[in-house]
Order: sequence, then structure tokens, then C-alpha cells
Amino acid sequence: MIVVNDIHKSFGDSEILKGISTTFEKGKTNLIIGQSGSGKTVFLKCLLGLFEPEQGIISYDGRDYSSLTGDEKRDLRQEMGMVFQGSALFDSMTVEGNVMFPLEMFTKQSKSEMQERVDIVLKRVNLIDAHNKFPAEISGGMQKRVAIARAIVMNPKYLFCDEPNSGLDPKTAILIDNLIQEITEEYDITTVINTHDMNSVMEIGQKILFLKNGLKEWEGTNKEIFKTDNAAVTDFVYSSELFKKVRQMYIEERN
Amino acid sequence: MNYLAAIGSYFIMIREVFKKPTKWRIMKSLILKEIDELIFGSLGIIIFISFFIGGVVAIQTALNLTNPLLPRNLIGFATRQSVILEFAPTFTSIIMAGKVGSYITSSIGTMRVTEQIDALEVMGVNSLNYLVFPKIIALCFYPFAIAIGMYVGIFGGWLASVFGGFCTSADFIEGIQLDFIAFHVTYAFIKTILFAFIIATIPSFHGYFMKGGALEVGKASTTSFVWTSVVIILVNYVLTQLLLG
Repeated sequence: MIVVNDIHKSFGDSEILKGISTTFEKGKTNLIIGQSGSGKTVFLKCLLGLFEPEQGIISYDGRDYSSLTGDEKRDLRQEMGMVFQGSALFDSMTVEGNVMFPLEMFTKQSKSEMQERVDIVLKRVNLIDAHNKFPAEISGGMQKRVAIARAIVMNPKYLFCDEPNSGLDPKTAILIDNLIQEITEEYDITTVINTHDMNSVMEIGQKILFLKNGLKEWEGTNKEIFKTDNAAVTDFVYSSELFKKVRQMYIEERN
Repeated sequence: MNYLAAIGSYFIMIREVFKKPTKWRIMKSLILKEIDELIFGSLGIIIFISFFIGGVVAIQTALNLTNPLLPRNLIGFATRQSVILEFAPTFTSIIMAGKVGSYITSSIGTMRVTEQIDALEVMGVNSLNYLVFPKIIALCFYPFAIAIGMYVGIFGGWLASVFGGFCTSADFIEGIQLDFIAFHVTYAFIKTILFAFIIATIPSFHGYFMKGGALEVGKASTTSFVWTSVVIILVNYVLTQLLLG
């Protein structure tokens, strides 16, 4: 579980995060949504420890990040997995090399043990025949799956995903969403996803945090987002005519 | 003020490079890969440049020896001095700042743009140690490449002199042995080691701290080449004053 309490982050004179507090629960897919410039990426980078907030506390299962020593912070980071927007796979390594990388860096496992673990996670993300391919030789969807495999290979306690569906076709996007949700529940990890994708919000948003101008505007579940009267949320989530109609139908059905 | 901040950041980066080392098993393979890329991959251009520069120096010296009282062995002497003292260590290093420096800046810069460096940091890897340290160690072998450059440069001078009809082989060989000061070679290697460190770190700095996209990677490569060359030329002057002045 990650508990965030009143975090503030500025760059120069510009205050990006203006006091956000929330809780991301274990075993759930927690989604951060909001317009571009609302502070989502900065918030996610604060959660990852890439940015240090000027004020406030981020606590990972009771461990306050700001009070940890440098070594403790690095140890905590090894409990985190991250899926970047562009996958961020190492170009010079094969799929297998990318997934094996954290094991080689941080464990004392033998080559065969590492190979076994890599095979398990690649099979888990449905990538069986891509071991020896380089990132440039596989599709965007496959790259995302490799990134997920790399993120979970160390059995992380926390999984962070930045726009995991960007650049993917709707069918592949749903596959990636479902995969992330299955892994979250199967491995019982705290997953935080930064997304613009409303399909993801509806499908896997077990908890949704809506940010606006660096502040928490709303939070709830994918069920609650249908019913909310918060104008900022409805304007953002139901910006397309299709979603407006879907919402209308949902409300009419319930009435 | 920006320059001062950049210089400060550069030295902080150097300190970080030597902190929290990567596992030796992984570092070893990274170093070997960088030696292959940066040293063996540059031998061809070093040999090519040195050979022709040596030849040109010999021809120009020969063409300027218009006074019949001047001995022809001066061609060999001038070629040796020019190649060992300046052309092999300094001139080649500036070419290497372009070739190797651009490669380093663009490869690290691309990793920055595509969030690969963020991925390393999130995993808890000291990305500066992982990326820059192997390049520094690989470039410790740079003096060997320069030694080959010195040999080939003088050989190019000999070929141009003898086959160009400017002097006999005996004259040239006598010239390259004339008043030989071993410290000049030491001086050249001291310079080369420092230049190697500069070529490894300044382009890394420009790549690591770049911001933006693909266009900025290109700009960072150009900027890194300019600054690496400027620093090489300044360090060359200071070292020459300190060691030979």
C-alpha cells in the first residue's frame, strides 16, 4: 500500500503539485487521470522517487521515502517495477536480455535460475517466441509486454505504468489492460497507472484519482465515475459524444 | 553563470560515476564492449589520418628546405617531432572528439530521450556508473591507439619522403633518431590520457543531461564536439606549458 500525504512539488516558480493526499491499495489497479499539464507525470515520478517533493510524505507499506537513507532508497526501488510510456527497453539487448537485466544486476542467481525465471515471466505475458529478438524487431504491443515482463521479473511490491496503452490499437490496449490487472491480482501488488485512456478507466479502474491543476479533484471507482456529478470529471471523462451517450444509457438503465 | 553551473554539474557527475559500482560481472562485459566500439572501432580512422598527416608533414618540411646547407635528415626529424608532440596526440584527439564523442553523446542522449536512463534509475542502478565508467576505462587504452598513430605517421612520412624523392631512406632514419628525447613520448602519453578522460566524460555529460527529443540529440552531439575540442586545446596548452615550458 502506498500512502501519499499532502505532497507539493515545484519547478522554479511554478507549483505543479499543490498538496495531494491519497492511498493506493495493495492488489488493486489504481489509475491516475487528468488533462495534460495536470501534474500526473510529476506525481508518478514522485511516487517512483525520481522527483523528491518539497513537502509531504510518501509512505510505502509504512516506510517514509524521505526519511530513508540512500541505500534504503535504492533497496526500495528494487521493489518497484515500472512500465514506461515508450517501453524504455534497452535497444542493445534482446528481449531475453532486457527481462534478465534486473536479475543480473541485483540477484546472485545462477544463469539457469535466471533463465527459468525469464521463461516464466515471458510466458506469463504471452511472449514465447521472442526471446532472441531485439526491441526494434517486435511490435509496440510486444514491446509493452516485454516492459511488463521486465517490471515483474523481480516480484515487485509496487508496479507503476505510465500510459501503458499509448500508441496501441484498441484490441491490444485491452489485452495490455487485462494483463496488468491479472498480474496485479495474481502477484498481489500495488499498481499505479497513469493514463488518458478512458477504456482503461472503465475496464480496470478499481480506484481512480482525477487530478486537475496539481490538485486532487475527485477519487472513486470505475462504477462511481458513472454516477459522479463532479463537472470537471464528467467534462474530462465524457468529452466524446460516444461516452456521453454511454453514460446517459447507463443512468437511464439504472433509473 | 550558466557555464559555471554546467562546470559544477560536470564535476558532480564525475563524482557520481565512481559511486555505487555496478557488479563486476556486468561491468566487465560493458568495458570489453566499449573497448571494441571506442578503441578498435577507431583504429582505422586513426591509422588513416596519421599516415597521411605524417606524409604531408614530411613533404611540407622537404619543400621548405630550400637552403642547400640544411641537412636532408631534418625531414625525418621534423616529421618525428610534429607527429609525436602534436599530430598524433592532439590532432587525432580532436578527430576522436568528433567520432567517439558524437557516438557517446548520441547514444546516451537517445537513452535519455527514450527513458532508458529513467528505467535504470527506477531499478536502483547508478546509471552514471553503468553508462560512463566503462567508457572511461575503455579509453584508458586510447594511448595504445595513439602509439600506433605515431608509428604510422612516421612511416607515412618515410614513404612520402623516400618515394617522393625528397630524401633517402638513410637520411630520414637518421633524422628520426636525431636528438631523440624520450620525455617527449612521455609528454605525449600524459596528454593522451587526459584527452581520453575528456573525450569520455564531456560527451557523456552532454548526452546524460540533455533535454528534449531527437533534434536535441543532434544539437547535443554538436555542442559536445565543440566543447570537447575547446577543452582539449586548452588542456593541451596548459600541459605543454607545465611539462615542456
